Amino acid sequence: MSHTLEHIRNFAIIAHIDHGKSTLADRLIQTCGGLEEREMTEQVLDNTDIERERGITIKAQTVRLEYTAKDGITYQLNLMDTPGHVDFSYEVSRSLASCEGSILVVDATQGVEAQTLANVYMAIENDHEIVPAINKIDLPSADVDFAKQQIEEVIGLDASGAVPCSGKTGAGIHDLLEAICTTLPPPKEGDRNAPTKALLVDSWYDIYLGVVVLVRVVDGTLRKGQRIKFMSNGKMREIDRVGMFTPKHVLLDELGPGEMGFITASIKDISETNVGDTITDEKRPCAEKLPGFKPSIPMVFCSFYPADAGDFEKLRESLGKVRLNDASLHYEMESSQALGLGFRCGFLGLLHMEIIQERLSREFDLDLIPTAPSVVYKINMTNGEQIELYNPVDLPDVVKIKTIEEPWIRATILVPDEYLGGLLKLCQDRRGVQEQLTYVGSGSNARAMLVYRLPLNEVVFDFYDRLKSLSKGYASFDYELDGYGENDLVKLEIRVNEEPVDALAMIVHRDSAETRGRGMCERLKDLIPRQMFKIAIQAAIGGKIIARENVSALRKDVTAKCYGGDVSRKKKLLEKQKKGKAKMRQYGNVEIPQSAFIAALKMGDE
Amino acid sequence: MPSERRLCKKLSSTLTNPAPLGASEKGQLGVYIHWPFCLSKCPYCDFNSHVREGIDEAAWRAAYVRSVEHYAQRLPGRQVRSIFFGGGTPSLMSPETAEAIISEIQKNWQVSNDVEITLEANPTSVEIEKFRAFQMAGVNRVSIGVQALNDTDLKFLGREHSAKEAIQAIETARKVFDRYSFDLIYARPEQSLSAWEDELARAQDLADSHLSLYQLTIERNTPFYMSHEQGLFSIPEEGLAADFYTLTQEVMEGYGLPAYEVSNHARAGEESRHNMIYWTYGDYVGIGPGAHGRITIDGRKYPTREHQAPDIWLDRAGKDGTAAKAEASLSHYDRFMEALMMGLRLRAGVRWEDLDRAAGHGESAQVFLDHAKLQTVQDQGWALCDDDGIALTQEGRLRLNALLPYILKEA
Repeated sequence: MSHTLEHIRNFAIIAHIDHGKSTLADRLIQTCGGLEEREMTEQVLDNTDIERERGITIKAQTVRLEYTAKDGITYQLNLMDTPGHVDFSYEVSRSLASCEGSILVVDATQGVEAQTLANVYMAIENDHEIVPAINKIDLPSADVDFAKQQIEEVIGLDASGAVPCSGKTGAGIHDLLEAICTTLPPPKEGDRNAPTKALLVDSWYDIYLGVVVLVRVVDGTLRKGQRIKFMSNGKMREIDRVGMFTPKHVLLDELGPGEMGFITASIKDISETNVGDTITDEKRPCAEKLPGFKPSIPMVFCSFYPADAGDFEKLRESLGKVRLNDASLHYEMESSQALGLGFRCGFLGLLHMEIIQERLSREFDLDLIPTAPSVVYKINMTNGEQIELYNPVDLPDVVKIKTIEEPWIRATILVPDEYLGGLLKLCQDRRGVQEQLTYVGSGSNARAMLVYRLPLNEVVFDFYDRLKSLSKGYASFDYELDGYGENDLVKLEIRVNEEPVDALAMIVHRDSAETRGRGMCERLKDLIPRQMFKIAIQAAIGGKIIARENVSALRKDVTAKCYGGDVSRKKKLLEKQKKGKAKMRQYGNVEIPQSAFIAALKMGDE
Repeated sequence: MPSERRLCKKLSSTLTNPAPLGASEKGQLGVYIHWPFCLSKCPYCDFNSHVREGIDEAAWRAAYVRSVEHYAQRLPGRQVRSIFFGGGTPSLMSPETAEAIISEIQKNWQVSNDVEITLEANPTSVEIEKFRAFQMAGVNRVSIGVQALNDTDLKFLGREHSAKEAIQAIETARKVFDRYSFDLIYARPEQSLSAWEDELARAQDLADSHLSLYQLTIERNTPFYMSHEQGLFSIPEEGLAADFYTLTQEVMEGYGLPAYEVSNHARAGEESRHNMIYWTYGDYVGIGPGAHGRITIDGRKYPTREHQAPDIWLDRAGKDGTAAKAEASLSHYDRFMEALMMGLRLRAGVRWEDLDRAAGHGESAQVFLDHAKLQTVQDQGWALCDDDGIALTQEGRLRLNALLPYILKEA
């Protein structure tokens, strides 16, 4: 079925996490007949187990719907479900760039949250028309007027056209669909006869189809058998499938201007398909590339080590496979004295890191040791050189360093007044600089909106968890990068029996070095099993010891009874101890189990 | 080094076995008989013991006899040096059963003149009355589970006897048997060092020439484990436990009953011969539910393990003479590890040549040891090594469980 441009609506759904975005998308799909009732699973667009279990969207998803509106016209609706978490704002920005409008989902019981704000501003930047949808009106605590008021006051968006609805019960869904058709604009340009020009929105590897490329056609058409060219790298391919998601895969003859869908072209290597690239016709190329997207930049770094050293190759393969579907993951090999061979990985953020880790353990059955998350520092050397530091261990000799710069963020936090004090202290403790403190809403619904500049380093270290626990989960948080800044940063080293433990080295502000060092020493003290020898644990900056703990030596460890019947059992125990030694690291005359370092690295979990 | 010279002397003077038992086929054999039943379960015990009524003793007797026959067929031409009735509470079995087993052993194997036949006994009046009959059956040594010499602690330990009965049992044993030993458990909750010292004084008055003194440990799968986890009682923390151990060593040394093994004390020459087979890694046959053995056949050392469940063991051993799964022979490394693990429990330590023989691969077993670490433990004063062998000091034995994996190399 071919649609003229003015009957096409490409739109994204944006929302804060947990505001029911995916459920609402499910309901839209079902209402338009994309799936039968029996085919509906919870959150059909969240494909991976992790997405479903955590109730989050990681990858943007596209679905084409057909809806016959009250005006009698059948519209083609291309819906993009976008991730709600701050880490994936990059994904969101891609989705928004390929649409003309957005549905802004606001939870009728929660109102506007920090993430809502960030995404709305992104949509506005992309010249989107926005239809606010007040979701979860079925809940007893729903307050549509309050939500509308917040949309107007906090975001500054006209909420008169807001559609009250419920993804859960289906109430208001037809009104929302009508609003999409009437309020959102059709695709702007698009010449069917012009040379093919299509935006590569996303790509992923499918074991049956090879690389699947999600596209938004601007001019011309994409059809089966057509020879195409990827303009960024000049790679040429023949299209073997053209289709759309309903959300089932449905093959089509072609994709025309304004339409979204997928193509496959026997591509095996995902690195050929650069997100944001322009796809054109091989023989009749378009004159200019589309502006594309800014590339994703890894913001948070940590290393993964296999708990079992024998799994190193498996980890390498698995990372390769994960990267097939996630171009934003960066990694390279590294070796640690404490943990053996592993990979230094770069992520979009902490959640991204967690998800990659979870995928590796779940899909590839790997037992991983992640090191403490860190950020990229810029080291200004006395000789004028500037070095980017990805791993604290690699910090050059301090005498050669002039200054160290760290990345900063601009964070927006929305929090009910009663928790404000705790959060102000948290931001202060994390070296935050307050830029703004205002109130939004009124009466019992009033919330404080905080804008702080914070060093990213302080945020990657359990900030989000603390924020959530201090506000009993009510605070919401979002951030954007805000350049680099010089600071009094030092390398905090942890030593066991005088020897540095590389995996535990971190760059911290001098003022927090002692607290962090003491914390790590205390934690290690509890984690390192007592041995025959006394173990000294120290935290040091350069040569200066700033904290110290001792693990006292074992005085007695002997089995009272050991006779003929005990040999096998005791030997098994001994074998277990011996086997454990493979995971032991030698520090002076003591052997420290890897597990102690691993547990110490999980410090942020507290 | 003076310490080494001292060791040379020590090794040769304190290794009490005239001929090392080793793992040789011609070596002497110990026979362990496991009687799996008790009148009640003690809350600290994790042994394979069961409380059962209506035991068909004739069937059990037949199964033990059949089992002796089975192992004798597998190990022909051996000389039995020791028989040990353990459990459970083997003093609950009828003396006829003990006699039947002993005579079956005599029928099937050559038995040395100085064979040691030990019976573990509980000091209840019923069992004391049977001592004479057991002696008639061939038992020449009893090991009495006294555990404590005051009624409060006996009650805590879940024992079914009084301190008075325990003393009666010891008096009777002295009259009836050639040798006897008894067990005490120390480092009990609330026990003070001085109270234990007093108890040791009373114990040495009652003792013959052998005593087993065990520190109370909380084992998994015991009622004590649960109540200890729940915080219903606590046992001395490590420092105090170490003090208890050290005190015990000093006091007993003073009484002329030095520790020859971690928890066993004897006058010279009065060690438990049966247990010495375990600690010198000799061959022993294990008969009865859950009994373990180590037997050498054609130069290979096989572990044996009888089925734990009494009914299954009775059924299978009654028919086939064994309820053990066939097990692969032990590797050289395993043999070395077991021999070292057991040997280092002895004050006398273990000779290199015995370790080499135990490993049985025809070369020096020292390849299995990390010599740098061996040096470290010597420097710490925990071990003594010389050309003859290796022995741990008292402080070393106190840390045996941590020391062993430290000095062993990867397999």
